[in-house]
This record gives sequence, C-alpha cells and structure tokens, in this order.
Amino acid sequence: MGKTLYQKVWDAHTVGTLPDGRTQLFIATMYLHEVTSPQAFAMLRELGLPVLHPERLFATVDHIIPTDNQCEPFADPRAAAMLNELRRNCQENGIRLFDLSSGRQGIVHMVGPELGITQPGMTIVCGDSHTATHGAVGSIAMGIGTTQVRDVLATQTLAMSPLKVRNIRVEGELRPGVTAKDVALHIIGKLGANGGLGYAYEFGGSAIESMDMDGRLTLCNLAIEGAARCGYINPDETTFEYLKGRPYAPKGAEWDAAVARWKSFASDADAVYDDVVIIPAEEIEPTVTWGISPDMNIGIGGTVPAPEQARDEEGRKAYTTALEYMQLTPGQPLKGLPVDVVFIGSCTNGHITDFRAVAPYLKGRKVKPGIKALAVPGSQMTALQCEQEGIAAIFREAGFEWRLPGCSMCLAMNPDKLVGDQICASTSNRNFKGRQGSPTGRTLLMSPIMAAAAAVTGTVADAREVFDIQ
Amino acid sequence: MPLTKIISISGKAVPVAGADMDTDRIIPARFLKCITFDELAGTMFYDERFNTDGSSKNHPIDAPQHAGATIILGGENFGCGSSREHAPQAIKRSGVQAIVAETFAEIFFGNSSGIGLPCVRASREDIARAMEITTAAPDTQWTVDLESMTLSCATASFPINMPAEPREALMLGKWDAVVELMNAPEAVAALAASLPAPSSK
Repeated sequence: MGKTLYQKVWDAHTVGTLPDGRTQLFIATMYLHEVTSPQAFAMLRELGLPVLHPERLFATVDHIIPTDNQCEPFADPRAAAMLNELRRNCQENGIRLFDLSSGRQGIVHMVGPELGITQPGMTIVCGDSHTATHGAVGSIAMGIGTTQVRDVLATQTLAMSPLKVRNIRVEGELRPGVTAKDVALHIIGKLGANGGLGYAYEFGGSAIESMDMDGRLTLCNLAIEGAARCGYINPDETTFEYLKGRPYAPKGAEWDAAVARWKSFASDADAVYDDVVIIPAEEIEPTVTWGISPDMNIGIGGTVPAPEQARDEEGRKAYTTALEYMQLTPGQPLKGLPVDVVFIGSCTNGHITDFRAVAPYLKGRKVKPGIKALAVPGSQMTALQCEQEGIAAIFREAGFEWRLPGCSMCLAMNPDKLVGDQICASTSNRNFKGRQGSPTGRTLLMSPIMAAAAAVTGTVADAREVFDIQ
Repeated sequence: MPLTKIISISGKAVPVAGADMDTDRIIPARFLKCITFDELAGTMFYDERFNTDGSSKNHPIDAPQHAGATIILGGENFGCGSSREHAPQAIKRSGVQAIVAETFAEIFFGNSSGIGLPCVRASREDIARAMEITTAAPDTQWTVDLESMTLSCATASFPINMPAEPREALMLGKWDAVVELMNAPEAVAALAASLPAPSSK
C-alpha cells in the first residue's frame, strides 16, 4: 500500500511516541516573526533553557512595520519595541534575521520560499496560521502557537498527532481570468470554512499540476481558511525549477542528490487517502466573498444569497449576521457594488507573479478618482524585481500607492487600516469582522486582477469584461 | 516541572453564541502588540463587547449576572482563523478555565490544551440547552468533568468529548509538553544529523 507525502514526511521526522500517545516530531525549519515569538523567548528564559538549533531558525519582521516609511524610529513605539525585541532575541541566540536593511526582509511566508529555505520533504512551522503556504513546495508546514514556538526553540521538536489527508483534485483547465485565488476560494466555499478540520489538504489534478509556484503558494496559503492546518502539493519539475539557484537551495553535486531525495517524498500512485474530492476546473469562476468568513463567497456572476440558502440553522444565523454586517441584501449582485479601498498584497497575493499578472492591464488605465489603491509587494526581493521590470512604475502611473514590503492592510497591526465601514476589494486572506482595522470595515476577498478591475472601475467588476480577457 | 492536574472545572457559565467565532473576534489584532501575555487580561472578545466609542454592547460577558464565569459555552468552529496564542491566553487570563463548544479549530484547540485550558465538545442541542439554562438562571453552577466526560449542573447533565491524548495530558498534569520533549536528546540529535538544514553556503 502506497503512502502519501504527508505520511512519508511525518515518518521521516518522527523521534518517538510520547507518554500521552502523541508523536514527538522533529522540525526541520522554524520561521519567526515579531508578533508571536517574544513571549516564547521570554518563556525560554524563565525555564533557563538555550535555543537548541539556531541554524534551523530564520526570522523576519512583517506584521507591525509601516509600509509608507520604514525609517526608524517608527511613529508607533509599541511596533518599535516589538522589532527591537526580535533583534535582541535573534542576536542573543545566533538566529539569522532578515532585517529591514538586509534586502531580504518581507512577509515571512514570502521570504522562506523566495530564498529557497523552504524545501520539499521538510517539516516547517511558524507562529502564524498561514505557514500552510510553504506546503506548496511539498513540505508539511503548519501554524503553531507561542508555547509551541518555545517547544521548538528548546527542543527542535513538537508534540503532535497526525492529521488525516484529503486529496483535492482540480481536473481540467482553468478558464481565462480564473486564478489560484479563485480556485482556493471556490474550494473553501464548497467544503466550508470548517470543512478541513482534522485534515491536511493534498492539492492535485491537472489544473494544479500546470499551476506556477506562486499560484501554488497562494492555494496552500488559503488551506487554513478551510480549516485544514496544512495544505501541500507534491514536488515536481515546477518545484525544482523554482528552487534552483535560490540562495539557500542546495548547489552543485548536492543539488542532484537533493532533487532525488525530494522526489522520493511525493505521494505514491497507490497512496490511500482518508477522503477524495474532485472539482472540475471549468466550474470555477472569478470568485468574491460577500460575508465575514472566507467560505461566504460567490462567482462574480452570482448574487448574494439569502439566509434560507445556508446549509443549516447555524448557517442561517451566520448568514443573517454577515448580511447585516456587510450591509448587503439577498439577491443583490456583487458586480457594480462601489468600493472605497483596493489592496493588492499580503502573503496570499504579494508575489512577483501577482504583480506581473496585473501590470499589463493597468498600463494606460487609471485608478478611479476617490478610490484609495494600495499595492504592497510581499518582500524586498519582490519589490526590487517589480522596480527592475517596470511593474512598480506602471502601478504608480495608474494611481496606486506603491508601498514598502510588509503585511500592510491584511491584518491591522500597522498604520494601513480601513476607516469606518469602508469596503475594501482585497487580495488578502481573511474577511473577518474588523480584520482590516476598523471594527465596522468590510472586506471583499478576490484575486489581484479582480482587485485591479475594482480599482479602475470603482466597483466590484468582472475583470474579464473590464480588461477584455478571453 | 509540577503542573496542575486539570480534572474538573466548576463555576458559572457564559454564552458566547455563534458559529466561526474567529480569533480576530476573540482578540482584535491591535491587542497583539505586546511582548508578554500579561497585558491581555480583560481583552477577550473586546470588539464583540464594546462599541468604538467604548460604550458597552451589552454582551453576556459584561452582564453582572455572568460576572466571574469560568466556563464559556460556544458554537461551531470556535477559535478559527489565526494561530495567535494570544486568543486562548486572553481567555484564560480573563478568568475562564474551560470552553465547551460544538467544534474547535485545530490550532486554537492545541494552543489551549498546551496552556491548560481544556476545550471540550458537546452536541449542538446540548449546548443550546445549557445556554438556555444559564441564561434563565445565570447563577447555575456548572461542572466540566474530564473524568466522567460530562458537563453538568444540579438539573441537567450532558456528555462531552475530547481526544484521548490532550485529555490524558490535562488530567495527569502533563499538558505542558516541553518536559517530555526534553527526554530524548540523543534521538533528536540523530535525526538532526540525518536531515539537512538549509544553508546559503
């Protein structure tokens, strides 16, 4: 009987079984950022323990940094204190920090793959739920809590129970104008925000196999929004091509050995899954959320549902709450809904490919007057590439504010926030109440080209019509 | 390291109704700008409880009759969203000692178990019934008992469940895993040597 990648990676990293029955799992790489690590270092100091494997830890700063001006001192003293605490902890423990001056700083889930630190067959953790992103290269990557960050600092291991594995196969060819973001939102809509509880999601099928690495990163990034703690894609030629030549990727003779090893982790053809879901690629439309949970989404051609259309009583209550918060009416199309703010960026859609996809359509067009449009590359490396390729210039010329790398308007821990009940067409990952910084702010999740279409029209729009994508 | 054995939690309960109670609602991001968790006491569900001008939304948590509640009654997919341990830390540091909900998000559940905050599941009907009882009579004394796996009060008793491993860890006072994780340094060293670490050289 064949094994899944999940089982193979799990087995390769198992230290043993703990007295309570859980597995002691070795962690190949842990990423650290300023929000969820300071308390872990404090706990470690209280216990008087050293960091066991500093060479397997990589840190950067992303959540709290301003994106308009990163000169220090920051206007917000608490943000400054968090960055300085991260610096102190990394310095004292010999941990590599990709700081603002490094040229490699960025959102942690962008930086890891971009530098080639994230590799197939690894166990990867970070005190951040979107760690699932790193599964795109064929690793088992999970978000963990701060006490668990402390456990890894002290022992490079975690106490874990294995997940079940659901194989989600997207078969066929995606229609023009349909992106990885739409695939992810569609899957979450279909299986529910709670549907992946207890599962790892293995994404496969011909539509996934032909997806580039940035698209795969977007897809795995959103696994957690469907409650799957990790999402992954089997490593293939696209993966190896992406990693080759990156700063932390193996080099020379080591490269060939590494590729052979990485290939061995891919799920066997006769692997047995706990569940299989098949989704025809053709049924996926450009998708937009209408509510306060990522599964509350519809194709751009659809209309806002009524509470009666929810699965059950609990769902009807949730729909009612969402409609009230979003100030939307059942039966109303989203198309044509005026927006106030457009945000292109985040660990979901702040990749070079996202900006490359949008730039040609923005050329010669302007952001609708009165709309605040932010473009925030996810990392310094991506920002530099965007400058070199003339992409940043196109965004600026179109009327976007071209910002410095960081989490920005995804989560309201820095100055980029919605005001009042503004509506934001956002490429980020969560449309929770208050997520973008205003307790009454409204978020519509969508793909970068859909957000760009909203920017130029000032309303939710079908990018295929606005940009004549066929 | 001696830890409290968590076997049974008693006290008043407070309903926090609704599915998908996400971690942004449990602890809004602006409270995350802290270097220790000590600052989080009293911040749980802040924007659910207060308007932007600081006035009360009359959430059950702030109702005088529910003051001092040690048990939260919640809905489906409780704690979904971010991995921020700030969420269970804020709940625990606000005086809550157990959460009973229909289902829990994976990371939230693990974070809570790891800091000695038991999260137990009950059926939708039983939680609705418990909410009714506690709303009608807020002084009702409830007990979450991990031994008998029940949520009970003088007039009712409901079955609860929880996976075996975290239950065992809580009841044996071994919910902080770090002690056990330090018991096999040779095996860890052997694995570390066999698994390549990323290097820029």
